[in-house]
Amino acid sequence: MSVVALDNQDYAAKTGPRDTRASYHGNIMVYVHWEEHLFFCAPLAFPLPPAMPFGALVSEVIAPHYAPHPDAAHIDWSAAEWMINNVKVKPDFNASLEANNIDHKSVVRFWTPGLHGETGH
Amino acid sequence: MSQLASITLMQNDDARPVIDSIIADNPGVKILTMPGAIKLDCEGKITVNRASVEERLGRPWNLQELHLVLISMAGNLDEDDDYFTLSWRH
Amino acid sequence: MSGTKKLGLRQRYEHMTRGLDWETTYQPMDKVFPYDQFEGIKIKDWSAWEDPFRLTMDAYWKFQAEKERKLYAVLDSFAQNNGQTGISDARYANVLKLFLTGVSPLEYAAHRGFAFTGRHLRGSGTRVACQMQSIDELRHVQTQIHTISHFNKYFDGLSEFPHMHDRVWYLSVPKSFFDDARTAGPFEFMIAVGFSFEYVLTNLLFVPFMSGAAYNGDMSTVTFGFSAQSDESRHMTLGIEVIKFLLEQHPDNLPIVQKWVDKWFWRGHRLLGIVAMMMDYMLPKKVMSWKEAWDIYFTEAGGALFQDLARYGLKMPKGAEIATAEAEHISHQNWCTFYQYTHAAPFHTWMPDNEHLDWLSEKYPNTFDKYYRPRWEQWAKMDKEGKRFYNGALVQLCQTCQIPMVYTEPGDPNTICFRETQHGGQRYHFCSDGCKDIFDNEPEKYIQAWMPVQQIFQGNCGGPTVPDVLNWYNLKFGVDNMDYAGSPDEALWNEWHADKVKAAS
Repeated sequence: MSVVALDNQDYAAKTGPRDTRASYHGNIMVYVHWEEHLFFCAPLAFPLPPAMPFGALVSEVIAPHYAPHPDAAHIDWSAAEWMINNVKVKPDFNASLEANNIDHKSVVRFWTPGLHGETGH
Repeated sequence: MSQLASITLMQNDDARPVIDSIIADNPGVKILTMPGAIKLDCEGKITVNRASVEERLGRPWNLQELHLVLISMAGNLDEDDDYFTLSWRH
Repeated sequence: MSGTKKLGLRQRYEHMTRGLDWETTYQPMDKVFPYDQFEGIKIKDWSAWEDPFRLTMDAYWKFQAEKERKLYAVLDSFAQNNGQTGISDARYANVLKLFLTGVSPLEYAAHRGFAFTGRHLRGSGTRVACQMQSIDELRHVQTQIHTISHFNKYFDGLSEFPHMHDRVWYLSVPKSFFDDARTAGPFEFMIAVGFSFEYVLTNLLFVPFMSGAAYNGDMSTVTFGFSAQSDESRHMTLGIEVIKFLLEQHPDNLPIVQKWVDKWFWRGHRLLGIVAMMMDYMLPKKVMSWKEAWDIYFTEAGGALFQDLARYGLKMPKGAEIATAEAEHISHQNWCTFYQYTHAAPFHTWMPDNEHLDWLSEKYPNTFDKYYRPRWEQWAKMDKEGKRFYNGALVQLCQTCQIPMVYTEPGDPNTICFRETQHGGQRYHFCSDGCKDIFDNEPEKYIQAWMPVQQIFQGNCGGPTVPDVLNWYNLKFGVDNMDYAGSPDEALWNEWHADKVKAAS
C-alpha cells in the first residue's frame, strides 16, 4: 500500500523517518519488557552502545530499572527466558548486543519462571 | 435491534418547556438525568413541535432557539418551521 | 397576499445560499479546487448536498451572539463570586489542566482544518457548513482559554498550555491525531473529524467532561462546555450528512470511506483513553464510569447509527469489538501510567483511596479486582513504606497513536500487545492491530512521526536528563508535577478551607 497524496510520485523522496540509527550518536535504541509485570506500565526504552555485552545490559540496565518491584530481588537470571525480535533465544551473556541479534529498535522480552507479579499465575 | 433517536438538552429554565413538550409529545420517551443535562430517548423517532413549546411558554417561539439549549442528538435530522425531528426511519 | 407572505425556513435557506457555487471562468474549476480529487472520491452532483439545519448566516450570528452573552454572564459571575473556592475538591482542577493542554488546542486545529476544507470542497452546502464549523471551533478555543484563565490565577500547570501541547510527551497523542487529519485530503478530514470524531465519539468527550464539571461545582466550565456542545449538534449533522452524501454519490466511494471510518474510529478510540481516565480516576465526584458512557454513546448510539448506514453497505468500524472490550481496561491502564510518570506530567496524580477502589470494583466487576486492584494495593503498600513508585526509564511508544505501549493483547490483560512492521529497513512498533493497519496502509506518512522518546534520546529536547527535558517543557518541578499530596495546589486549597475546618471543630 502507499500513501494517498497530491504528489504521489515524489512523496517518498521528500520525506523520511526521524529515528534512524544514524541520529542516535552511535547508540541503538533497545526496548525491554519484563513479562507478567505490568507494575511497569509499558516496555522500557534505552539508547545503548551496540558493542555492550548482553550481560552488561542485564546487570547495568535491566536489573536496576526493574529493581523497585518486590519480585526483582528473587530473579534467577540464569533461569530467565528470553525473546529477541519475536524469537525465543538463549542469549550469550558475554557477546555484544549486536552479536545477540539486537539491532536498532529491537524488542527484548523476558520471563522469570516462578515470578508472576501481582496478577500472574 | 433497538434504534434510539435521541436528544440531549441543558437542564435549565430555557430548556424546561422544550423538555416538557418532548415528554408530552413522544409516548414511550426514556429519560436519563445527568448533572446539568437531560437525555431523552425514543425508539425510532423523536420530535420537538413548535406549537407544543409555545403552548407551554406562552409566547411565539422560533424553533431555531433550540440551538441555545441543545447539547447532543442522534438520528437523521429533519427540521422545518414547525418541527424538529430526529429519526432512524426512512 | 402571497407576495407579502413570509418565506419558510426551506425557502429562506435556498434564497440565502443560491448561486454561491458558480462556475469559475477566469480559471478552470479544477485549478481553483485542486485538492478534491486525489483521494479518489467521486462526486457527480454537488447540489444534491442538503444541510438539514438550514441555518442562514444571519441566524447563525444571532444565535451565536446570544450563546456568548449567556456564557460571559456566567463567567463574570463565577469570577466575582470566587467560584474556584466552591469546587468539590482541588483535585478537580487537574481535569481542567488535562482539558486545556490536551483538548483546547485541538479546537484550534479543528478551526484551521474546517477553514481549509470549506475552501477546498466545491459544493456550496458543504462550504457554508464548514465555514460555520470553522468559526465555531475558534469560538470554542477562545471561550475555553477565557474560562480556564480564571483558574490559572490560582492553580498550577495551566499557564504554559500551548507550549506544552507542542512538546510534552503524552500531548503528542492529541497533537498528532489532528496533524494526521489535517494533512489528509479534505474528504478524509471530513470523515475523520466531521463524522468519526464529531458524530461517533464527541459525546464521549464532552458530555462526561461537562456533566462532571456541573457535578463538581465548576459552573463556568459546564457553561462553556454546553455552549460549545450546542454547536456540536450542528457539527454532528454535518458529519452524518457528509457520509451519506459520499456514499450516495458513487459506489466506488464505499471502500474508501469504509477504510477512513475504520482508521478514524480507531484513532479516536485511542485518543479518548484520556477521557476514560479522567472520568474513572480524576473527578472527585463521579458522574458515571467510562464503561457506562461507552455503552450509552458507542454501543447504543453508535449501534443505531451503523444500523442506519448499513443500507449503503457501510459496516461497523473494524476495531469496534476490540474497543468495546478495552472499555473495561483503558482507564486503569492509563491512570497507572500517569501514576508512575507523575514526575513528567504537568498535572497532579493521586492514589485512589479505599472508597474509590470500591467504586471501581463495583463499576468494573469483570476486570478491576482481577487485574488492577492488586496493582494499586501494591503501590499503596510501597507508598506507606516510603517507597512511592516512580518509573525511572522512558517507555516504548506506538508509532501510530504515539501512546506508550501500555495496552494488552485482546483477551489477555496480563500481556502487552506487541505488533511490528518493517519498512525501508527499519522496525516500527505498534500497540494494536488497529494502529498497525493504519501504518501499513500509508507507511510513508507515519514513518515521519515526531516520537517524543526518540527525540529525547537524539538530544533534541533540551538535554539528556529528566530535569533538562522538563525544563524544555516549561514544567516547574515540584509545582506543576508530582502527587497532589504535598503540592502547592493542595496547600492553597487547605488555606481556603482552613476557616471552615476551624469553624467545624
